[in-house]
Amino acid sequence: MQSNTKGRKKIDINDYMVYIIFVVVLTIFAVWLGGTFFSMSNILNITRQAGATAVMAVGMVFVIGLGHIDLSIGSVVALSAMIIAMILRTTNNIILALAAGLALGAVVGAFNGFAVVKLKMPAFLVTLGVSSVIRGIAMWTTNTKAVPIVNKTFNHWFGAGDVGVVPVLFLWTILALALGYFVLEWTPFGKRTMATGGNYMASKYSGVKVELITFQVFIIMGVISALAGALYAGRMQTARWSYGDGVEMDVIAAVVLGGTSMAGGNGSIVGAVVGALLINMINNGLVIGGFNTAQQIIMKGIIIILAVALGSVKTKKRA
Amino acid sequence: MSDAYAISLEHIYKSFGSVEVLKDVNFHLVKGTVHALVGGNGAGKSTLMKILTGVYTCDSGKIVVDGNEVKIRNTKDAQKNGIKMIFQELSLSPTMTVMENIFLANESVKGIALNKKEMYRRTAELFEELHIHVKPTDKVKDLDVGVQQLVEIAKALSVEAKVLIMDEPTASLTEKETNTLFRIIEQLKEKGVSIVYISHRMKEIFRVCDKITVLKDGEIVQERNKEDFTLDSLIEVMLGGSVEKQMKYIPRKEPIGDEKILTVKNLKVGNRVDGVSFELRKGEILGLAGLMGSGRTETLEALFGLRKKEEGTEIQMDGRSVKLHTVSQAIQSGFALIPEDRRRQGLVLEHTLKENVVLPNFKSVMKGIRIDRNKVRAMTEEAIETLAIKTGSVEAGMLSLSGGNQQKAVIAKWLNTNPKILLMDEPTAGVDVMAKAEIIDIVRKYVAKGNSVIFVSSELSEMMAICDRILVYHAGKIKQEFEREKIESEEQLEYAIQH
Repeated sequence: MQSNTKGRKKIDINDYMVYIIFVVVLTIFAVWLGGTFFSMSNILNITRQAGATAVMAVGMVFVIGLGHIDLSIGSVVALSAMIIAMILRTTNNIILALAAGLALGAVVGAFNGFAVVKLKMPAFLVTLGVSSVIRGIAMWTTNTKAVPIVNKTFNHWFGAGDVGVVPVLFLWTILALALGYFVLEWTPFGKRTMATGGNYMASKYSGVKVELITFQVFIIMGVISALAGALYAGRMQTARWSYGDGVEMDVIAAVVLGGTSMAGGNGSIVGAVVGALLINMINNGLVIGGFNTAQQIIMKGIIIILAVALGSVKTKKRA
Repeated sequence: MSDAYAISLEHIYKSFGSVEVLKDVNFHLVKGTVHALVGGNGAGKSTLMKILTGVYTCDSGKIVVDGNEVKIRNTKDAQKNGIKMIFQELSLSPTMTVMENIFLANESVKGIALNKKEMYRRTAELFEELHIHVKPTDKVKDLDVGVQQLVEIAKALSVEAKVLIMDEPTASLTEKETNTLFRIIEQLKEKGVSIVYISHRMKEIFRVCDKITVLKDGEIVQERNKEDFTLDSLIEVMLGGSVEKQMKYIPRKEPIGDEKILTVKNLKVGNRVDGVSFELRKGEILGLAGLMGSGRTETLEALFGLRKKEEGTEIQMDGRSVKLHTVSQAIQSGFALIPEDRRRQGLVLEHTLKENVVLPNFKSVMKGIRIDRNKVRAMTEEAIETLAIKTGSVEAGMLSLSGGNQQKAVIAKWLNTNPKILLMDEPTAGVDVMAKAEIIDIVRKYVAKGNSVIFVSSELSEMMAICDRILVYHAGKIKQEFEREKIESEEQLEYAIQH
């Protein structure tokens, strides 16, 4: 037999791009802003801000790896936060509140999955529409009024608290990372998800229940988004209908920066989490650097485009 | 008696819409034998096998497995009955590793986690047994097509199957890999596995099969033991007529002139083509023979601007140096490429015939700033006419055409660009004998107009039939050059390629 592998480099720089960019951006901010940025307290603060995005990025790796997208996650964050806050206000029962929030996420995810699998609708449009509906319901629940959360235990474990010096939100990130990594790399479910994204027909013919997998992945994404809603509510000790507005873009950017291809078939959990930290670090650095909100979002957009562009510069031609 | 059969298909009927694809088909597969299913594209072979594997269900008829009548409604049912198919199209997930593909949907687990060690070990063992040199952790997309095909076969074997269906399994295999496959088939037979073998390569069929069934237009026309057929009689039954004439070499009536249209000097492409030089004359058909991976495809792709040429390569057309860095430069210089993989590289399968034909030809169908639909229709109708594409309409979806007609559509699309040099990479792969002859005829007519062709093929008989000159590639270099008249037999050429 002649050569078995095509003449391609085995180590692909793109796989490591997010880590390189992370270090570069960190260094730039550290040099530019010094101690106000590069201090223990601020870095822990970044991990707090990144928590919800990172948790959702883990779920999104599966959705994008499967070759789909979910734009409804930001709205699920909002409605889940509202439901949790309202149930806490009336019953003060954390488990009941959380169960209701997560159930909402599961229902939304199940609807998305059903529309994609059974009605053969494109995920982009389904989740875009669902996003609007859910956001509207979140506004409607209290006529746009915010709902404060006074339950200390909830606020500690789902947001503001620390364990030792480590923010609880960072623990949630680590938990999501570990679980996501295990499921993706070490379980049949993870492998089947990526195989389906890589070649749908082949996986179907191999006996993978491709429709069921798609359905399940959307449900998981919904539940994870609802959990992220709890993390928003806990950190702010309040629920607002506007939570998570635009966060789907941060999450998708984090996942793609992290090395997951929009075409499906591969994915990196660690990359996605680092991507989420990177995006929140950019936000944080720009605030400390004194940029106003308008300038921040412009800069953030430019940095994301540059980062993704760097990541997708590939050898143009096969050698 | 029925127990002697691994599978019996009895009185199978199947229609798609108003088209009857299978008519009263009876097919019996004897245990532990290799049974060939032959017939032109569209004869119904694939449909019959898809019914057996649960991709389609038959309109009426009986499926008997091991003496028991069974219902096969989906692929799971087929697997439960021990029926496994190796598809013509690769059915691997390219982004996954070899071992992940082998164990897809059948993973080995320890508790809730994958048992990667076990999967690695069993994959390595399987490949050891089959003499395939691949690391279980290699990504499928990094493997050559031939190796991917072997992985595909190994995947089917990783599950204990009673009946194995192979659809053109050797299409992308080298001679050596083919021998590996045939040895595997022998091993399987000894284990009592029964095999349905679909192929267009008659020699292989005579080599490995015990029984041959000929399908034509959805009906079985003959079923006999291999010994009762000869190559000639089999081809005759299959075609019901004779296309022998076109597959024979026809010496040129007028000799090709000395006018050179293309001069390639010291062509280097990565580690695949290592300093190749040749000339192409006006009106000439130049064949590139060699094993898979010897650099033939890469030569064509480099000429067409798809691959980067290394420093020191020089390409001249009509005596002038040309740059072929991009596909559009190549097209402007008068090249056209009929690619190796028509499904992926040649066609937009989801589109209609018309849309495919017009794709590289928008310039000639414009009227001011808009597309002139009449011109598009006229161009497509002319293509259907001149290339004898069998289709109901110019609006026909590409997927509804048989392989041979799809390939003719690819040729039509490029002939409309009026190329001076047509690069053809395995243009007859997976195409039935009749369409093959037609394609060869198209090539002959094309060069008769003073155009030139570089022809890459693994089917020596067709190279012998049309090439004026044949270059034999070996490991990125030209090893030998033959004038067609000097080659006495296919065996002589085969010998040159193999040694």
